[in-house]
Order: sequence, then structure tokens, then C-alpha cells
Amino acid sequence: MANYINQFFFGIYPYIAITVFFFGSLLRYDRDQYTWKASSSQLLSKKDMRLGSNLFHIGIIMLFFGHLVGLLTPHWAYHFMISAGTKQLLAMTAGGIFGVICLVGMVLLIRRRMLDARIRATSQPTDLPILLILFVQLVLGLLTIPFSAQHMDGSSMLALASWAQHIVLFRGDAASFVAGEAFIFKAHLVLGLTIFLVFPFTRLVHIWSVPVQYLTRSGYQIVRKRG
Amino acid sequence: MKIRAQIGMVLNLDKCIGCHTCSVTCKNVWTSRQGVEYAWFNNVETKPGVGYPKEWENQAVWNGGWSLTGNSKLKPKMGGKFRLLAKIFANPDLPEIDDYYEPFTYNYEHLQKAPASKTTPTARMESVITGQQMEKPHWGPNWEEILGGEFSKRSKDINFEDVEKEIYGQFENTFMMYLPRLCEHCLNPTCVASCPSGAIYKREEDGIVLIDQDKCRGWRMCVSGCPYKKIYFNWQSGKSEKCTFCYPRIEAGDPTVCSETCVGRIRYLGVMLYDADKIGDAAGATDAEDLYQAQLDIFLDPSDPEVIRQAKLDGVPESWITAAQESPVYKMAMDWKVAFPLHPEYRTLPMVWYIPPLSPIQNAAAAGKIDSDGVIPDVTKLRIPVKYLANMLTAGKEQPVIDGLERMIAMRAYMRARNVEGVNATEVLERTGLDEQTLDDMYRIMAIANYEDRYVIPTNHREYAGKTPFDNEIAFEHRSSCGFSFGNGCSEGSSKVSLFGNPTHTNTLNGKGQTK
Repeated sequence: MANYINQFFFGIYPYIAITVFFFGSLLRYDRDQYTWKASSSQLLSKKDMRLGSNLFHIGIIMLFFGHLVGLLTPHWAYHFMISAGTKQLLAMTAGGIFGVICLVGMVLLIRRRMLDARIRATSQPTDLPILLILFVQLVLGLLTIPFSAQHMDGSSMLALASWAQHIVLFRGDAASFVAGEAFIFKAHLVLGLTIFLVFPFTRLVHIWSVPVQYLTRSGYQIVRKRG
Repeated sequence: MKIRAQIGMVLNLDKCIGCHTCSVTCKNVWTSRQGVEYAWFNNVETKPGVGYPKEWENQAVWNGGWSLTGNSKLKPKMGGKFRLLAKIFANPDLPEIDDYYEPFTYNYEHLQKAPASKTTPTARMESVITGQQMEKPHWGPNWEEILGGEFSKRSKDINFEDVEKEIYGQFENTFMMYLPRLCEHCLNPTCVASCPSGAIYKREEDGIVLIDQDKCRGWRMCVSGCPYKKIYFNWQSGKSEKCTFCYPRIEAGDPTVCSETCVGRIRYLGVMLYDADKIGDAAGATDAEDLYQAQLDIFLDPSDPEVIRQAKLDGVPESWITAAQESPVYKMAMDWKVAFPLHPEYRTLPMVWYIPPLSPIQNAAAAGKIDSDGVIPDVTKLRIPVKYLANMLTAGKEQPVIDGLERMIAMRAYMRARNVEGVNATEVLERTGLDEQTLDDMYRIMAIANYEDRYVIPTNHREYAGKTPFDNEIAFEHRSSCGFSFGNGCSEGSSKVSLFGNPTHTNTLNGKGQTK
């Protein structure tokens, strides 16, 4: 039974989550672009936005890229520069710092969304739940730090990275890498995958639309021809 | 040279009676939907005053419009591309809804359902956003109506710069004027420039600036970029919206709703041809006082054979060139120079222009006579300080405003002499350098203002227009709903629960419902 659960959550669930993530996003973009937006509520209440939103976004963006690079870079690509143990220390430090930055911002934003009458009245049903999911995920992530500290050789990190790399490369038996890890890592992984699963149905879709093309736009003005 | 055509507007403030008909008809057509109850694509402000949203003209507060960099390049005042993107998580230049006003409705149901009581039941104010009862409104699109509020607050009006404003707080010296405002459909719009998604665009064929509602991601930079604060963030849809210049009507050759319904007949619509290659140079004039002249310089004479030839090459239809030759906007801006752009110092090259209002001669009552050279009264003695008008219309340069006001007075003096005294006042012609034909034209277009003289709008070529809601019966069905430009309608789906989120509020402006 334990093996089945492990196989489901770390061998099958990732593909369900990622499939829904991609196809849900595609479907929403194609069918319902009018709902595709950042959903900013700053107009209604700017209190705590400057500090809360900036801290939250800076923290979470750094955490996202930290995970992306940390999990998906194969060991052979960096082991001659940096040992697994050092990399783990780096990940714990950077993750800890940006995690705390993100946490402070998130607390401000959650308080605002729960207590500000205007924000509460105009919230979509998914707005608060997704914020709380991210909050729990962040707390879980921060809680993994003391567990990592128990073995500084980088073995856990390597196992989790191997899992992620096996998943994205469609290699079998990814789940076995996670089987022996601490529960806190597993919970963090499952909730992380769940965020991918619900992504297309929440305001998170605005992440797809990071306006990087603005920087490469030639000049400032846009004129559309008729027809 | 790259010739483009633009539909421009002129508002003759000398005739505006401040009735707000333009605002109300505009609202009924365009912003009677949830999320934009607070938005007025057209509103009429009483000046002097700080306006709606509060202090919109003060770019030290809102950072709208453009600024010149050290090497004379144009950059949005809120920052270049990197700086602007750095504001995306929390935009420090964004007004809060209280700077406009918290939208409200009244609890009418209470009037019908209240239990018997000694006093008549009242319909209390309710916030449209929260549904909670509100005590009183605090601001609005015409809050300072007819000089409402204390002078100390109204005198924060930035147009008082370099004016000894204290004396205008005294009852005897007070002055006022109306300023109806809408989107300027600028030649160099900062809203377009500051949109990270590239959702805002200027239409090549008529210059109307629109927001693609499907492409807008709600980064809300345009609200800050626009120095006129004429882009409104729809808090329900999470997208920005703006005055559309009633493009479906313009395409059909009809005037905008605000123009059509103006009871004072103060609005004019006409085609202007301009050289698109010179926009950068004109908007980048070093001295702000030169911006008015710089904008005049990029307008082209539609009767010039060379301009006509080039315009045709650049794809301007024949009917548009003919319309440009008849354009009342061209006459008032270029031929008679009585119309001026609103705040050219924002460097957006606005295309809604204003004829400044005449006002009583300041010291006439006191002195029992009027300062005059015997022909034209001294316009610097008008009750509304020329400097105030110049700050609003020519970046502070007084001479063009003085000349414009003198021409308007000359037209009145000449026509009065002819119609009342039966004489040909040739001294007026000599004094102002205007000929009889010009004064007749000014009289016909500015004073009589017949419908066909006010609106010279060529129809859009049908083959380019595509499907519009006016092709069938859906126009009425869509009144006060989400509008016809939003892709797949209101996108509510057929099931009650949408995977991608439903509106949280119902429409309170369609006469049907309460907030919650």
C-alpha cells in the first residue's frame, strides 16, 4: 500500500498535474482571454500593497527560479565546480532568505485580503484559497530547512533532483527516489504539484504573461492597421 | 513625410453651460456596467479646481505624460521601460478609487418595504463595491461644481502657477469656467507607450486610441501613464477601459455621443492630416512653451496639391481628404487659431482642443467703463486671467491665447455692428487683420454652429469595417451589459460555476438590481 501511494503521488500525479497545467492554460488562453489578467486590486486599496506585493513577488520569483535551476540542473553539469554539499548549503541559505522575504509579504497580503472589506467583496472564489495554498507551501518549504540540516552531504537534494529530472525526461521509476525521504519533503512536493494542477483556474495564469516583450518592443508607440 | 489622418475634436468653452449632458449620455452608453460605475469617460469639471481624480493635472503627484531626458529624448515621466516594469507589483503612481470616488447606489427597495413609521423612509447610500451603507460621498466627477468647496482647496489647481491667486479667492474677483474632459486621442500617447502588454494601440485610419480587452493583462501602467487620467481600471474585469471616441458611430459618419447630445452645440469634429514622421520632433521640443506651435507645425494643409498627392500615396481615402478640407477643427486650430490643445506640456500631442472662454471685463463695473483702444477691449483685463488660460492651453505662453481671445471679440464686435447698428466696422478688420469673409465663416461655424458645420466626419470605408453590432439587433440586447468588444461576450459560460471565475458583482446601473 505504501508503495502504491508513493507510486501514485510521485510517479503518476506529477503527470496529471502538469497535463492539466498546460492544457488548462492553453484552453483558458484560447477560449477565455478576457479572464486572463493579473487581477490587481490596488485600485481599491493601496494599503500594504507597496510593501506586501513587492516582497511577496520578489521572494516568490527568486524561489521559483531557485527551484527550477536547483532541481533540473543535472549533477554532472556542476559537480566539477561545486560539490553537492556546498550546493545544498547555498540552496538552504538563498531559500531561507527569500523564503522569509516572501513570507513577510504574503502575511501582509493575506491580512489585506481577509480583513479589507473592499478586497474581500471583490475577491474571486479562488483568490484567497490560492494565497493560502501558497502560504502553506512556503511554510512547508521553510520547514524543510532544519531537516536538510540533519544531513549536509546533499544526498536528499540529489535524490529530489533525480526525481524531478526523471519526471521531466519521462524516465520510469522516478517515485523510488523520493520513497525514503522525510515526510516534510513529500508534503512539499505534493502541494507543489497541486499548485500546478489548480494553476489554470486561478489568477496565477498572469505568470504566463510576464511582459518581457515590452523590453524588446521597438520604440514606444503601437499603430494598428485596419483590416 | 508619412501622412496620417486623425479625427480631432474642438470644444468651444465660450459656449459651455456646464449641463453635464455629455457626461450623462456617455455614461449611459459606455460605463453603465459593473466595475466602471466610478468611471466617466467624459466628465465636466468647474475650474479653478483640482478635478477628478484629485489633482489629475499635477504630474508631480501622478507622473503622467512624457519627460525629456538629458539628451533631449522622450521618456514616460513614470520611467523608462525597466523602471516602469519595476513598478508592476505595486504601482506607486496609481490613484486609489477614493481619488475618484467610491461608487454607490441607493437602497430603493427600503422605500417599498419599510415598516410603518412616523417619518418617511429614506433610501440610504450603499457602496457598490462592498454593499455596506455609506454616510456620504467624498468626491466625484464634478465635485467642485460651480466653485463648490473652499478656495484654499480648489486653489491647489496647478493652472494658478505664476498667478497671484489669493485675490481670486475674494468674492468680487472670483471667476469660473467649465472644462469638459475626455480622452485626447493623442498623437504621442503615453498610455500606449506604457502598456507592457502592447494592448493599447492607435488606429491608423482615424487615430482613435483603443484598448484591446482580450490582450490587456491589467498591469495598470496606462492609468498612470495618461496625464489626463482618462484611462480607468475596471475593478470587476481587472482590465483598463477608456473613451472609445464612439468609434462605431464615427465609422458610420456620426458624431460621438457627447458631441451629438451637446445642447450648447460647443463640440466640433473634423479630420486633420498630419505628418507622422515629425511626431517625435514635435513632442520633443526643448522649451515647453514651443510645444503648441510645434504641434501646429505637423498639421498639413489639406488643400496643398503636394499634401494631397502624398496623402493618397499613404493610403488616405479621397473622402477623408475632402473632409479634411472642410474640417471645422482645421479652421479653428490652424486658420483662425482660436482653439488650443489641453496641456501641451505633457508632450502627448493631444487631439481634443479647446476654445478658451471669454469673460466679463474685470474692472468694468468698478470704473464704469471698459479699457479699450476704442475697437477691441483689452483682453488682459478679462475676469479669467489670461495666464490661467495659458497655463491650461499653451504651456504658459500668453500671446497665442490673447490673440485667440481678441479674434473672438473681434468677431462679436463686427457682427454686432453689422446686425445691430447696421454699419460695416472696418476698423475691427484693420485692428485684427481679419477679412470679412473670415469673420463671416467664424460667425457661421462658431456662433450659429449648424449640425453639418460642426460635424464633418467621413464614413469609414465599409470594406474595412468588418462586423459591427449595428449590423443586427444585438445593440439593444447588449445595453448596460459587458459591451460588444469583449471577445466571447461576458464569458460567463452556460453553467453556473465557471472554471475561470465569474464576476463577483451584478450590474447596479441597469435599473434592475441591488448590489448583493
